[in-house]
Amino acid sequence: MATTDQEVNELIKREYEHGFVTNIESDTFEPGLNEDVIARLSGIKKEPEWMLEWRLKAYRRWLEMDEPDWAHVGYPKIDYNSISYYSAPKRKEDMPQSLDEVDPELLKTYEKLGIPLHEREKLAGVAVDAVFDSVSVATTFKEPLAKAGVIFCSISEAIRDYPELVQKYLGTVVPHGDNFFAGLNSAVFSDGTFVYVPKGVRCPMELSTYFRINAANTGQFERTLIIADEGSYVSYLEGCTAPMRDENQLHAAVVELVALDDAQIKYSTVQNWYPGDEEGKGGIFNFVTKRGAAIGKNSKISWTQVETGSAVTWKYPSCVLRGENSVGEFYSVALTNNFQQADTGTKMIHLGKNTSSTIISKGISAGKSSNAYRGLVKFGPGAEGARNFTQCDSLLIGDRCGAHTFPYIESKNKSAIVEHEATTSKVSDEQMFLCRQRGIDPEQAVSMIVNGFCKEVFKELPMEFAVEAGKLLEVSLEGSVG
Amino acid sequence: MLSIKNLHASVEGKEILKGINLEIKAGEVHAIMGPNGSGKSTLSQVLAGNEAFEVTEGEITLNGENLLELETEERAREGIFLAFQYPVEIPGVSNLQFLRTAVNAMRQHKGQDEMNAAEFMKLAKEISKQVDLDPSFLKRGVNEGFSGGEKKRNEILQALLLQPKLAILDETDSGLDIDALKVVSDGVNALRAEDRAILMVTHYQRLLNHIVPDYVHVLAGGKIIKSGGRELALELEERGYGWLGIKDEEPADSTAN
Repeated sequence: MATTDQEVNELIKREYEHGFVTNIESDTFEPGLNEDVIARLSGIKKEPEWMLEWRLKAYRRWLEMDEPDWAHVGYPKIDYNSISYYSAPKRKEDMPQSLDEVDPELLKTYEKLGIPLHEREKLAGVAVDAVFDSVSVATTFKEPLAKAGVIFCSISEAIRDYPELVQKYLGTVVPHGDNFFAGLNSAVFSDGTFVYVPKGVRCPMELSTYFRINAANTGQFERTLIIADEGSYVSYLEGCTAPMRDENQLHAAVVELVALDDAQIKYSTVQNWYPGDEEGKGGIFNFVTKRGAAIGKNSKISWTQVETGSAVTWKYPSCVLRGENSVGEFYSVALTNNFQQADTGTKMIHLGKNTSSTIISKGISAGKSSNAYRGLVKFGPGAEGARNFTQCDSLLIGDRCGAHTFPYIESKNKSAIVEHEATTSKVSDEQMFLCRQRGIDPEQAVSMIVNGFCKEVFKELPMEFAVEAGKLLEVSLEGSVG
Repeated sequence: MLSIKNLHASVEGKEILKGINLEIKAGEVHAIMGPNGSGKSTLSQVLAGNEAFEVTEGEITLNGENLLELETEERAREGIFLAFQYPVEIPGVSNLQFLRTAVNAMRQHKGQDEMNAAEFMKLAKEISKQVDLDPSFLKRGVNEGFSGGEKKRNEILQALLLQPKLAILDETDSGLDIDALKVVSDGVNALRAEDRAILMVTHYQRLLNHIVPDYVHVLAGGKIIKSGGRELALELEERGYGWLGIKDEEPADSTAN
């Protein structure tokens, strides 16, 4: 037993491959937050008056709120006045440009990250919105999408060009006062993605946003709003990375999804923010609020996430199942290594009749990390015939990490059915011995076993992402067996 | 091919093997028999390099190379194969993926090109027929939900795929009904070759009716106390281990795992 643990502990030495910094001239606000800063931000973005009012309302509410302390994570107190709330690469106009006009340094950055914007445009058939620090730098495939009636643009553009849609839905799923980080985001969000899929349209391609934090001492506060109108379908992917820095950086995003009657939204995330070094220095604080409202009957919202990065993760992609027969799904792989801490899970709020939800969570802990699943399944009085299935599996690698499960169930309806299964296992010495006896390297063996453990979640990812996710796990575990 | 000299090994400080000497030449089939607790399984595990066992004295060489200096996976690549008594499950990892990874690890070691998925699929299907496993087993998780007999056949399938120099079969007959025993034995007999040695570890002689050994050794108290030909096994069957003055305790083999 001792031998495998030792090997595994050695396997946990890895290099973060997206840790480079792009040298580009930026306009960056001096650190600090007050109403003037928000007004300046809103001004730069040429926002209408109502938007500024909305932000200020959120800010005033935020000032009265307390930072949550219930999560199973520990981190030094954040000084919100030491963060810069806006940083953008210098350019002529504050508009996402066509690819030809984008600074070549930026294009190179995305190429290095494996997101060659030009090629993606030509080959992969995936539309990308690339967000660099506080702004969207490019959005591809806008025209063919527009032909299908799909709006895919940065949220800044949407505020200017589609104010009626934004006003109707922004903040309806995650209101100002929802929680501390959502409040902060509402006040200072700088950019993000907006998607609207009209009635009866099946979005002709995968949509994706790639988030990159570059500048030091800045926070990234993106806001994403996706609306699927009646009978429509959209699949959306997001990916994220950041440079290696000794200081922690804050990422406090809000994602709101709205599905009307018979609409479906599939939202997939591969999160690979810089996790900090082997000693736990640096890394991103990922405090994110993601929630989908299945308002319409027969609507469906599906979250799939693969979380391998960030120093501290606090994230619970959730579904509010209001419409009759609406469906919520949450498929998650969360891997923590070294000193990473994750407190992640989901909330399934059943309000409508015959609503159903599925939760499959796979937590993998290695190194000295801590990995917690926290989930709430709630049935309101009107949730007649509603049901949930939850499966929570934890896999431990080595003997210095921790896995925790905090499931909460609240039911106000007697007809609701809930099933919960939970397992905790280790990569066993016997499994390792079998693989090695067949000539397989210990590292490859761990990676194969971990990938097998995650299979149920990976199969939910779009093909291209599934491959990426598998590779990412491999890199994340690199060096954990000697 | 394999030479074991004065091998002592212990687990958790308790000495199990107390001076084993054994020479096996290419082309030979050896059977190691013995009552439960005699150290049979320990010997298999030590040869394969299970790090739960500590070798305290003696040497093991394979074709002149010191095995004790090699890691488990390096021994495997040099041609040591162990068919497990209790094959472990690896949920979610398909048998096909596992087998292909293993075969390619060996090929890479020999400087051969990796086999692509299609080539490998064809080969794996052929061999699974040979051990009477439906090809659908290739798509299932490694040993996941397999019956005892299916697990054993899956082990022989792996031996046939990997073509080792020395195949060690640890109680491969245990838990098999007579039909399954026949299938597994046919598989093992197909492995017999001029340049390959087979070491069978078994409690019962019935396996040796199907796979006829060249030599039989009796292991007791961590030492080989008697060696002979095929007839030794028959005599043991007739007269019991008591004949050699050994107590045959029925409880499960305490040295396994």
